[in-house]
Amino acid sequence: MINEREMHAAPLLSLRGIVKRFGSFTANDQISLDIHEGEAHALIGENGAGKSTLVKIIYGLLEPTEGVIAFHGQPVRLAGPEAARAQGVGMVFQHFSLFDNLTVAENIALVLPRKTPLSGLRDRIAEVADRYRMPLDPDREVWSLSAGERQRIEIARCLLQDPRLIILDEPTSVLTPQEAYALFETLDRLKDEGRALLYISHKLEEVRRLCETATILRLGRKVGSCDPRQESSRSLAALMVGSAICDIRSPATRDLGSERLTVSHLSLASEDIHGVDLDDVSLSVRCGEIFGIAGVAGNGQSEFFAALSGERLAQSHEAIRLDRLAVGKSDITERRKRGAAFVPEERNGHAAAGDFSLTGNFVLSRHATVGLISRGLIHFGKARALTAEVIATFDVRKAGEDPAARTLSGGNLQKFVVGREILSEPKILVINQPTWGVDAAAAATIRQALVDLAARGAAVLLISQDLDELFEICDRIAVMHEGRLSKAREARGVTREEIGLLMTGDGPEGSAHAH
Amino acid sequence: MTSEMFQLILMTVVTAATPLILAAIGELVTERAGVLNLGVEGMMIMGAALGFAGAYASGSTTIGALCGIVAGTLMAALFGLLTIGLAINQVASGLALTIFGLGLSGLLGTGFVGLKRDAAPQLHIQGLSDLPYMGELVFGEDPFVYAAILLVAGTAWFLSRTRAGLALRATGDNHQSAHALGLPVRRTRFLATLFGGACAGLAGAYLTLAYTPFWSPGMTAGRGWIALALVVFASWRPWRIVLGALLFGGATVLQLHAQAASFGLPGQLLSAAPYLATIVALLFLSSGARRNAAAPAALGQPFIAPR
Repeated sequence: MINEREMHAAPLLSLRGIVKRFGSFTANDQISLDIHEGEAHALIGENGAGKSTLVKIIYGLLEPTEGVIAFHGQPVRLAGPEAARAQGVGMVFQHFSLFDNLTVAENIALVLPRKTPLSGLRDRIAEVADRYRMPLDPDREVWSLSAGERQRIEIARCLLQDPRLIILDEPTSVLTPQEAYALFETLDRLKDEGRALLYISHKLEEVRRLCETATILRLGRKVGSCDPRQESSRSLAALMVGSAICDIRSPATRDLGSERLTVSHLSLASEDIHGVDLDDVSLSVRCGEIFGIAGVAGNGQSEFFAALSGERLAQSHEAIRLDRLAVGKSDITERRKRGAAFVPEERNGHAAAGDFSLTGNFVLSRHATVGLISRGLIHFGKARALTAEVIATFDVRKAGEDPAARTLSGGNLQKFVVGREILSEPKILVINQPTWGVDAAAAATIRQALVDLAARGAAVLLISQDLDELFEICDRIAVMHEGRLSKAREARGVTREEIGLLMTGDGPEGSAHAH
Repeated sequence: MTSEMFQLILMTVVTAATPLILAAIGELVTERAGVLNLGVEGMMIMGAALGFAGAYASGSTTIGALCGIVAGTLMAALFGLLTIGLAINQVASGLALTIFGLGLSGLLGTGFVGLKRDAAPQLHIQGLSDLPYMGELVFGEDPFVYAAILLVAGTAWFLSRTRAGLALRATGDNHQSAHALGLPVRRTRFLATLFGGACAGLAGAYLTLAYTPFWSPGMTAGRGWIALALVVFASWRPWRIVLGALLFGGATVLQLHAQAASFGLPGQLLSAAPYLATIVALLFLSSGARRNAAAPAALGQPFIAPR
């Protein structure tokens, strides 16, 4: 079918020799590809491979430095997203382009053509929601919705413009497995209607399920294209990374010792109006154990991290114990002195100060624990030596002797902030989303370091949205949903579907809470 | 107290509230688009000086009011060029605009100090304005008062019912998303800033054309700052501005009467009462559970389009 069409009709969209430079950095280098009507085309590659830049060019948000964009064989210059929409391109953004304080209907009204009457909009939203089975309440304000619901708005908004080509940028990265499954059903229906999809992902199973063509990008260049259904996930991964990725080595058996981190009945009201209150959270992590907390972002994970690290103090001193010592009302430094270490989710601005040098950042988190300071003065020589050790051990790639933290790429900065804590040999490590937006090689390094740390007898608490990561390295997994933590389950004895159900709050405990 | 006297007091409350309503409704629109313009005081005093100058030279209150609007708009355009065009820090630019306006108005207004002209005439509708108790209060105000109310109604309608108003609110909520959807972020912000300047200029002109029909340097006396506070107090909702301005105006008038009655409290303390009342009201309102819920999320953040 596709071959026949290729011979007769010009492709819906063709890119020829697209180059995009930001200063001296080339984000896209001579990329060409064709997308035909009704085709599901995957764009795969690691973080930083240039996928997002390329789709922003197609959607008119960025102007290519060189190259030609043609729709139905006609070269077009896209002055902005409106021009792209006029060509029939719709986009579902990775980080939702929604307005928190506006209602669902208002969010949708914004992208419709200027003359669209707002009065009949409600019915049209209902119609689209019904046709693609995506329940939507037009009068809710966006901030009160879950990630899955927000994505439905994005998709509905896109569909109301009746696009011929729909771009989806990492659509499942914030969804539970069940929500992702519902999304695929919607996408299948769109394909059946003859719409083309450009699907960006680094989750290869999804690509194999949905797409018949894949273009692979690496470091801004197109390194190949293939039919993903004919490839294995492993061969696709090798194409993406350019080399095979080693598996994580875990010790065959681990002796789990005494409890190192104990949280009992921790409840804490959030300070943020859009935040989540922690509700009676209890857990314990033992020596040598990696304990995983799964959950869709925004279900209390950041609040929980803040309570553990001491950024917010618990209501009772006994709610949090490190090696049996109550620390619920102790500050961050006090907890670090007891052998705990913390790596927050946001590396730039939270784990590290962007404009500080790496040495400066080292001092910021380790000042109290390695004798860097005497009589108020910093021993910079010692700090520099220890920083160099982190950089060497974790293979942190950087430009210059001691550059500002923000100049490092995401993966390298993450290796630095994780390495900084791990080299202090903490007895307890609490780490939030350690591999979010990090390339596969760096992610593997970080996971290996966590496994090795646990093998040396530390207790590791890993908060992550990435189920693959949790199943790969955790001993036990619990799910956080709306500020409550489920019972912990042995990672080997639980399926993804069970965890997924808990993530939506539909699990056995979810309903028990409701009654 | 006779009903006549009571009506007179209420009318002075309205008069005290009107410049605040005018300046605050303009700043509200500016802030809903995501621009924090701390230069309200500076735009207002320029409106006061040039409004008086225009009216004195031409002999027409309308031309004076227009001069005030133009003066405020030009000041806002300068602010817009700096903060929206060049993405300079809004807080610093706004403070500079206030200082600049206070100085420049003093310079331009030198020749007008001590001059006097008649205050803007008040509406008089035969029969209606003479009704007892409320007649003059409702039908006997000067035209600025009615203009202010119409402006609030128009703004409320614009923000909640029109597509352009929706685009403006979206721009203030999340400028990156607005840009990604193809909304003209910078143009929207610039126009909203100009509207804010025009309103502040009109508020200033009101002071010299109706409130106290003469010009003296620094005569806005912090009203621009009160207007800024009122926007927060009103949680960025138009009709609440009227409520807040009447409250502040009422406190101002009451303390004047209290000073006249001399309860034995120091006059300075009474003069400070309206400001204290505003602060207390702010504290009270901002301690609620959904505090700042209505605040435009992108308020004060400069926008630089990636291209």
